[in-house]
Amino acid sequence: MNTDAPLLRIEGLRLTYHSDGVGVPAVRGVDLVVRRGEIVGVAGESGCGKSTLASTILRLQPASARVEGTVEFEGVDVLTMRWGELRAMRWAGASIVFQGALHSLNPVQRAGAQIVEAISVHEPGIDQAALDVRVAGLLEEVGLSPALATAYPHQLSGGQRQRVMIAMALACRPSLIVADEPTTALDVMVQAQVLEVLTGLVRDRGVGMLIISHDLSVLANLCDRIAVMYAGRIVEVGPGDAIFASPLHPYAAALAGAFPRIGDQASRFAPAGLAGDPPQPEALPPGCTFAPRCPRVVSECHQVDPQLEDHPGHRKAACIRVGGGVR
Amino acid sequence: MTDAAQLARARRRASLRRGWATFRSSRSGLVGLGLLGVFVFVAVAAPLLADPNGLSLTRAPGGVLEPPSSEFWLGTDDSGRPVLTLLMFGARVSLFVGLLATLISMVIGTLVGLVSGYVGGWLGQLLLRLTEWFLVIPFLPLAIVLASVLGASLVNIALVIGVTSWPATALLIRSQTLSIKERAYLERARVLGTGRWHQISRHVLPNVLPMVFANTTLTVAIAILSETTLSFLGLGDPTRVSWGSMLEDAYSVGAITTGSWWFFIPPGVCVVLIVLAFILIGQALETVLNPRLRGRR
Amino acid sequence: MTSSIAVEQAGSGSAAAGQSRLRGGYTGFVLGRLLTAVGMLGFVLVTNFFLFRVLPGDPARTFGRGRFTTPEQLEEFNRTYGFGQPIGEQFLTYLGNIASGDLGLSVSTRAPVSELILDRIWPTLLLVGTSTLLATVLGVWLGVNQAWRRGSGFDRSSTMGALTLYSMPEWWLGMVFIATLAAGVGPLPRLFPTGGLHSPGVDPSSFAGVLDTAWHLTLPVITLTLAYLADYALIMRSSLLDEIGEDYLTTARAKGLRDVTVRNRHAVRNALLPTTTLIALNLGFVVAGAITVETVFSIEGLGLLAVEGLRGPDFWLLQGTFLVASAAVIVANLIANLIYGLLDPRVRT
Repeated sequence: MNTDAPLLRIEGLRLTYHSDGVGVPAVRGVDLVVRRGEIVGVAGESGCGKSTLASTILRLQPASARVEGTVEFEGVDVLTMRWGELRAMRWAGASIVFQGALHSLNPVQRAGAQIVEAISVHEPGIDQAALDVRVAGLLEEVGLSPALATAYPHQLSGGQRQRVMIAMALACRPSLIVADEPTTALDVMVQAQVLEVLTGLVRDRGVGMLIISHDLSVLANLCDRIAVMYAGRIVEVGPGDAIFASPLHPYAAALAGAFPRIGDQASRFAPAGLAGDPPQPEALPPGCTFAPRCPRVVSECHQVDPQLEDHPGHRKAACIRVGGGVR
Repeated sequence: MTDAAQLARARRRASLRRGWATFRSSRSGLVGLGLLGVFVFVAVAAPLLADPNGLSLTRAPGGVLEPPSSEFWLGTDDSGRPVLTLLMFGARVSLFVGLLATLISMVIGTLVGLVSGYVGGWLGQLLLRLTEWFLVIPFLPLAIVLASVLGASLVNIALVIGVTSWPATALLIRSQTLSIKERAYLERARVLGTGRWHQISRHVLPNVLPMVFANTTLTVAIAILSETTLSFLGLGDPTRVSWGSMLEDAYSVGAITTGSWWFFIPPGVCVVLIVLAFILIGQALETVLNPRLRGRR
Repeated sequence: MTSSIAVEQAGSGSAAAGQSRLRGGYTGFVLGRLLTAVGMLGFVLVTNFFLFRVLPGDPARTFGRGRFTTPEQLEEFNRTYGFGQPIGEQFLTYLGNIASGDLGLSVSTRAPVSELILDRIWPTLLLVGTSTLLATVLGVWLGVNQAWRRGSGFDRSSTMGALTLYSMPEWWLGMVFIATLAAGVGPLPRLFPTGGLHSPGVDPSSFAGVLDTAWHLTLPVITLTLAYLADYALIMRSSLLDEIGEDYLTTARAKGLRDVTVRNRHAVRNALLPTTTLIALNLGFVVAGAITVETVFSIEGLGLLAVEGLRGPDFWLLQGTFLVASAAVIVANLIANLIYGLLDPRVRT
């Protein structure tokens, strides 16, 4: 293990799904770094490739997907690891808080047993009593009664389930936690509570976190840095508060203004002020992929494929109309 | 309203086209369709393809249990009748009983399912209990009892199979109806104060029917198997030759142990092929109706 | 054969998870299922009664089928079997008789039907029990491997094979086995007996007798195993395919479990639920399933007894076997439900 290396370094990552002989690019060249103690957010609409990105961190993408680029965890490439190493790295190195805990928890196993399973894979030989104590401790940490260890997932509320999921993600003391839409299925009050628990624990333990959400306003308060994704690419990256307060890229601007009402499911698919849908990954428009929906589009946008460029305040954006571009 | 109806029709046509495209992509579905086509053709054209005299016990053209020859391609049975002729006319019995039984089963199953799902209340509960009970009653003993009580004729056999095989359809229709009932446009229809029958016939039925249709093919398969088994047990129509009665004949004259394979192998193969054809078609249809299943088969 | 499952899926649990609800619930669930079973049994009793009495009009004519030539004979038949009484009284007599284990006398052999049934139950249990056991193990294995390697050559060919077996009348398969392996075709020797349960002159309780019975049962067991196997493999495959797309399997993988553990501990365990129910239910079809195979192989079990009742026709015998067959299904259905309730906590809350 290389301790100087960043916790997670993704470079030039491309992922293409293959079905019926057609290649569908889901991620098209993404660079991203998460350091220890840092919370990084990834924002974007459904289908922009952010969940696919998350799945590659533990090499959970379907076997039919072709992946290029590097995903380095603590300096070791996840994509080329041997299976044994990979299994050891999963959950003990990096764990995932999946979205929709009702489906992500095994419906016929008690909550406690599912947490125990994770521990005993990575730390075999712990006796049952010690495991019980540890599970109780984890449940208390996320604000649940230890008695709920004997509950089945369907007996828990949405918020409780998500907390169990978080407790499970912490079980093997990983150095990176990936949270994939951890609060999407929850109502606003519970969302706030769960996020508080999650980020509180991350800060206390000094681990890194990558949090994925369609809701830029949620990320803005939590994240040290935010990357905004569109059509499989990062279109803007920078400090969390700055992106939300003064977005550079028109798409980030649309996302920032997109949430008049939190919990409105429709807004997840079409941010306010944006006409149309994201492009189909198998038929991307030429030039800037955002151009067909962009309120600030000029004719040049349809020809030039913009690259991420540096802007003042440690920010980057991929838009020819930002900074020195065509005004 | 007419505009809406036209739109609905156009949409249905488009979805039919899409459905056919999906169906066509299933090779096993096409194989099933082809097989079924052959059997239907043979059943319809049997009197033209083979001399009906071949069915007569007294005017049988061949000797007893002759092996296959250039004259009798599949040999003869214990009365000297050509096995191939019997097979062709047997296809008629299998298809007739299979389809009639399925029709009966579908009508009962759809009615019970619709009413218990849509109307609900004590009637719905009662019908559900009835369905559950019919589902666990052992089919063959019940069919045997019914067949021996009603007497042996093709229609009775179909009736017996029909009234014993509807519960699976009823449960399916019920669950479909329950889910459709919750959808918004029915909410609207209720607010507008349309009658129950109108709601069922205009909104529920058109949505449920595709499921009924896919289920039909599987019911036909089971009905044909049941007819064969009942005929084998001697409960078939004694005046008609069916694949099941041929097998009963073959078994009782000892064709199995004397090596007269041409008498009992072909009818069994025909049963397997026609049942398989319906099952394959049913699976392909299911894939069309339930996109979640795509890529499974 | 009906292979659907009459399990009521309880609505998904509510949010509030009281401590009492976490542990309890099973007793109530059991009581509910017991009550349903008793209700079904009552239903079967009523049907059994009316089916044989009301539907045909005149039982003497239906079940005597022209055997009674004089009015005296007819009257004697009616008196012996209680058909002269009003229908209400008949029903009470019928219930009383069944409660005391009296299923009537066989018309042809004059032996009590209950004794005949007890005599014939063992061969059937042996045949169906062995076949179910074999088919379960093989079918589950086959279904799991098909689903886990879906789309592979193995999956496609063995699924096609299972479908073909499913399309096949099992008694015809038995006939083919007899013709090839028992009667001997061309160079094939006569490996197995063509029917029966014992060779003449062999004591069934001796060691040689046990081997002899096993030898006689080989072909029928293979036949019935293949018939059940197709059913189990198909349902196991489709229920495992239902699980494979589920998110909790991704979670299990993400935890660092081996592929084999993910499959066996998570996916297969959950997919086994419907299969278990089907297998328990099929055990209930013990009589029904054995009817044709016992006929083809001339095994004197319950199935053949039902056929004898049919061929007679033997009114009480038919009614008795039908009652036993239905009761077996209800008991098996109850067991299936109880097992399901034990395995799947979602059903019982």
